[in-house]
Amino acid sequence: MSERPSALDKRTKRTSAPAAEMRDIEKGFNGTPVLKGVDFTLARGEVHALAGGNGAGKSTLMKILQGVHRKDAGVIRIGGREVDFSSTADAEAAGVGMVFQEFSLVPTLSVARNIFLNHEPRRFRMIDDKAMIRRAGEILQGMGVDLDPRAEVRTLPTGYWQLTEIAKALALDAKVLIMDEPTASLTKTESEALFELIGRLKAQGVGIVYVSHRMEEVYRICDRITVLRDGGVVLSDAVADLSPEQIVAAIVGREVDALAWVERPAATKDTTPLLEVRNLTAANGVTDMSFTLHAGEILGLAGLMGSGRTELAKLIFGIDRPMSGEILLRGEPAGITNPRIAIAKGIALVPEDRRLQGLVLDHSVRENLLLPLLPGLNRGPLVDDRRGDGLAARLIERLQIKLVSANRPVRLLSGGNQQKVVLAKWLGRDPDLLILDEPTAGVDIGTKSEIIERIRELADSGKAVIVISSELAELLAVSDRVLVLRNGTVTDDLDRRDIDDEESLQLAIQGVRS
Amino acid sequence: MTQTLAPPPPAGAPSRVSRLRGIDWRSYAIYIGFAVVFLLFAIFLADDGFLSGTNLLNIFRQTAIISVMAVAMTFVISAAQIDLSIGSVAGLSSVCAALAISATGSALFGVLAGLAVGLVVGIVNGSLVTFLGMPSFLVTLAMLGIAFGLAQLITKSAPVPILHDTFNAIFGGGNLGPIPGLLLWTVVAVAIGWVVLNKTRFGRQVLATGGNRVAAEYTGVNTRRITFTVMLVSSVVAAIAGMLYAGRLESGRYQWGTGDELSVIAAVILGGTSLFGGAGSVIGALFGSLLIGLINNGLILAGFDNSQQQIIRGLIIIVAVALARKR
Repeated sequence: MSERPSALDKRTKRTSAPAAEMRDIEKGFNGTPVLKGVDFTLARGEVHALAGGNGAGKSTLMKILQGVHRKDAGVIRIGGREVDFSSTADAEAAGVGMVFQEFSLVPTLSVARNIFLNHEPRRFRMIDDKAMIRRAGEILQGMGVDLDPRAEVRTLPTGYWQLTEIAKALALDAKVLIMDEPTASLTKTESEALFELIGRLKAQGVGIVYVSHRMEEVYRICDRITVLRDGGVVLSDAVADLSPEQIVAAIVGREVDALAWVERPAATKDTTPLLEVRNLTAANGVTDMSFTLHAGEILGLAGLMGSGRTELAKLIFGIDRPMSGEILLRGEPAGITNPRIAIAKGIALVPEDRRLQGLVLDHSVRENLLLPLLPGLNRGPLVDDRRGDGLAARLIERLQIKLVSANRPVRLLSGGNQQKVVLAKWLGRDPDLLILDEPTAGVDIGTKSEIIERIRELADSGKAVIVISSELAELLAVSDRVLVLRNGTVTDDLDRRDIDDEESLQLAIQGVRS
Repeated sequence: MTQTLAPPPPAGAPSRVSRLRGIDWRSYAIYIGFAVVFLLFAIFLADDGFLSGTNLLNIFRQTAIISVMAVAMTFVISAAQIDLSIGSVAGLSSVCAALAISATGSALFGVLAGLAVGLVVGIVNGSLVTFLGMPSFLVTLAMLGIAFGLAQLITKSAPVPILHDTFNAIFGGGNLGPIPGLLLWTVVAVAIGWVVLNKTRFGRQVLATGGNRVAAEYTGVNTRRITFTVMLVSSVVAAIAGMLYAGRLESGRYQWGTGDELSVIAAVILGGTSLFGGAGSVIGALFGSLLIGLINNGLILAGFDNSQQQIIRGLIIIVAVALARKR
């Protein structure tokens, strides 16, 4: 093992209490219970997978462990000592480290400065750069990572960003490390390096919580798995004793009932397809993608993060440009080089990140709804505000957006209602092709089924719809056809009727053939 | 299964009543501030002639050029950009207009020369910001120096007299009956600015671009064109402001407008326009400009000298912005 002069090894041997223990954790937001008495135990030197669908409570649970949220009830012990964090600093001090999915590094600083950000070693009250670089070097060496601590972070490939994040956590002597989808932005070789590092940390007694949807990774590196659903633990067992089907079934649960598939009459396919994509390849990762979509059809895109789902949407909507291949719209080359052309040709995109890409949060619901409609809302040189008011009111009514006033900022609405605003602003344009990227992320179950109902109505009225979703239950509830994407290309083109259940789709996404 | 519900909202379509509740009092800070300062001066400076018609018209006249530029700056800042070059563009425009008039004897050529300065600078600023993606702060900071130096260079630092009476009368010197021409310029600029920002598609798209450029682009707004246009308009309006200086002072000089960018930005921010973009008020900017003029006037009447005025003006701006900022 390493000859790292860290206190870690000594400390782990001192007691045999688990690295982290959470008992009967309860937490609610605005009166809605999110965690209903969750138990979670992380042993020393264990890699513990945490899984569950959106809204199952896993991120809330981890945020409590990191000190972001405060528990309403329950007990947390770190290394046997009871703690009650009121800030992330408390959690850090107790030895809980977090490897952020969205990187929390300062790109313009060196690796060493990032590792010791806010905890710089000092000498005569000044930052001791030499000691910092030396100690950063020791940590990186202990991790088995060959990386110059003086290198500026922005010059490094993303794989090293992740490693720097981990080094940052280790510099604080973390005994518990939370990793949230750590391989999402890594290449194959970078992931391999990460798995090797996880093995080393394990051997040093660090407990690791591994949040991931990727079954193959869970089997490869995790010892135990805990599955949450509806704020409770539905499964907690050694990974070796479980089949992938058992795990997936636990994740899926009965939620399917609320999102039952409604078979719709097949769209007529003897006409020219509304959208045809031929051998599309682009710098954003889409590789040789081909498929067709007819009017009246709902096409689901399934795949992991980075499989090319969002990237495809960006190409169709003109945000990114293809390098080769063709996009045909109504049988003719689409020639879409920016979103304005896409919109003019009857395409609408409900983007993945509604706060960043979908809404001007500080503007009113009304302004947000009318923004895409402005080109058609003129009376002479001026905007016809009276007609605008009417349009906005109708859209609010049509989607049953719950609000106090259409003139209040959209940021004051709940996530579900914000999402309805994004959807509504496009419905006002009556698009022929609607692309929805994760339309129900962060949306409550009631709103979710409403949105799904709207999607079906649109298809029934002859619109073509593409739905991108990580939630397979939802994808299966709404799609007529499902494309499975992997590494930027289409690996399966499945008729909904040929997909037996969520498990089989999950296996197709994971690339496991049954 | 538990049904999760959105936070409890009284449902229903927006009504007239709820429209009032949606209003943010902070956007009225400037009018309250203006009224308070005006009342204070009216009470304490009554004997110094503060309330006399001549003095009040004077305030308007002195702030007119700042007000005109503040209208354009409201668009720039609403679009989350900044233009620091307006003061020196005004100076350069005054110089070029004066030179053209003395060379040709024609007011029309003078106006064209002035406008040309605004167009050229605006196209350069706009192109660098939109097509090269340079921050407008840096582009216009550099342009501030270039325009100032250029105006000084072509006149060898000397003032260029304008002997064309019509030009001087139209641009700031004349009156229309009892109303000073500069007041008319202000009213016209504010009226156009208000209509464009609040009632046209362009105005809405400026606010959307400033509020969230990515979302605006995803919604089909040509954010580059919007950014380019606001930078262009800002320079052209600065050029007009320069001609107003030239007409009022019957000469072109590189120093006209020097330092105005700070007064103009202060007026706009005081008026409730968000420095981060996405919200803007033309009327607010007018009152911001008037408030600054009011304060200057009152401080002069009260006997403070220029250095003291500068300090007090700075303090008032800090207080006002602190009050108007978001939590």
